[in-house]
Amino acid sequence: MLKYANPTLFMGLAGRLIPWTAALGLGLIGVGLYMSFLGSPADYQQGESVRIMYIHVPSAWMALFIYGVMTSAALGTLVWRHPLADAAQKAAAPLGAAFTFVCLFTGSMWGKPMWGTWWEWDARLTSMLVLFLIYLGLVALWRTIEEPTRAAKAAAVLTLVGVVNIPIIKFSVDWWNTLHQPASVFRMGGPTIHSSLLWPLAVMSLAFTFLFMTMHLMAIRNEILARRVRRLSMEAASRGEAGPRAVVRGATA
Amino acid sequence: MRALKSLFLREIRLARRIGGGGATGVVFFLILVSIAPFALGPDLNLLSRIGPALLWIAALLATLIGLDRLFQADAEDGSLDLMMTARTPLELVVLVKCLAHWAATGLPLVIAAPLFGLMLAVEGEALWGVTLALLAGTPAITFIGAIGAALTASLRRGGLLMAVLVLPFTVPVLIFGVAASAAARGGTVPFWTPFSILCALTLLAVAGAPFAAAAALRHGRE
Repeated sequence: MLKYANPTLFMGLAGRLIPWTAALGLGLIGVGLYMSFLGSPADYQQGESVRIMYIHVPSAWMALFIYGVMTSAALGTLVWRHPLADAAQKAAAPLGAAFTFVCLFTGSMWGKPMWGTWWEWDARLTSMLVLFLIYLGLVALWRTIEEPTRAAKAAAVLTLVGVVNIPIIKFSVDWWNTLHQPASVFRMGGPTIHSSLLWPLAVMSLAFTFLFMTMHLMAIRNEILARRVRRLSMEAASRGEAGPRAVVRGATA
Repeated sequence: MRALKSLFLREIRLARRIGGGGATGVVFFLILVSIAPFALGPDLNLLSRIGPALLWIAALLATLIGLDRLFQADAEDGSLDLMMTARTPLELVVLVKCLAHWAATGLPLVIAAPLFGLMLAVEGEALWGVTLALLAGTPAITFIGAIGAALTASLRRGGLLMAVLVLPFTVPVLIFGVAASAAARGGTVPFWTPFSILCALTLLAVAGAPFAAAAALRHGRE
């Protein structure tokens, strides 16, 4: 397992994995969408709008899961100083922001007919918004610091500081008794949600996980390639022989 | 210990001599407070209700102003390198620098808060509540901000980025600070409940932030 920490071996492994994860992700999305829109009953209280949940809940889980991935990559950066961990961190941040945005957006769409409001400053919504802002801050930090290893370390420190928000999001519905409904799937004493609704949710969550894996692997590969291009063009510039563009063309040829 | 004391005095002296330090912060605080009635209309009932919240937002922004120079100025003239190679642990250096920064910019805000509160028709118990809450909460803002300042120390124009990085993390301080100020006006929650949580947040920031900021500084200088 550890030998794939070598970027070149990782590139090969990722290249072999991506078609499989992509096929699994897309196939499961197809099945999951069929199950959530056609194969499952409407809720007796919420009617058809319950189907928003099949997008909303998996993206919320992904938003937290990606932060977990980013946190372990941040530890990899700070403790083992591994370039692959840097790339994994950098690739995860925009994906996390996107899933968090989908979660907030679909939640807002569901909230209007159900709660009668697009937005409510309740604990779960607010802490999720803070997570979104932290993701955006990380993306901004990555874009501002030019040197990749220094950017990775700064982002890692910020990521580890931001971990405090994750338990707040998870337990916000238990600690504060507010509008957002409490946990109904992962809770003591089993899920309180009917199995006809639970199955599409499970398939969609799996699909989102594979989709994230595909995009994450692709983004890590891009990042490694971008770094190689950067290093090659810097070497060429220091030799003073060719402009960066010429080297990039040479690298791909 | 002597090194830390002289560092504290140096920071205070620098803050006083360069750019007005605390005084500019207080003037900015005053401007923010006086802009609000123009935006909201001079309705004293409304102002008195949202006054504590306005004071908190103004204090939050005024504390962040100038925080981006906390390590940047030292990084530019090389004194940061001296501090990092010194025998004194960098964490303690960060702690002392933050304390000095708070004493030079945060404390004047707290002292000025009762005066500005009167302008927003915050009176009596509520005024003391918000002042006490600011006294307990502004150190947390300074220390959390120090992490952002350390992350952006080597950047040319890190000010805006620092605010973007830091402001999400100040949300809990703002929530419990405003909750304590609101509780002081009377209500179902006693003042001490949110106030104790606010104090806990400050202690947590004072204890934890120097380590994060020192780590960020070390990694930023490699």
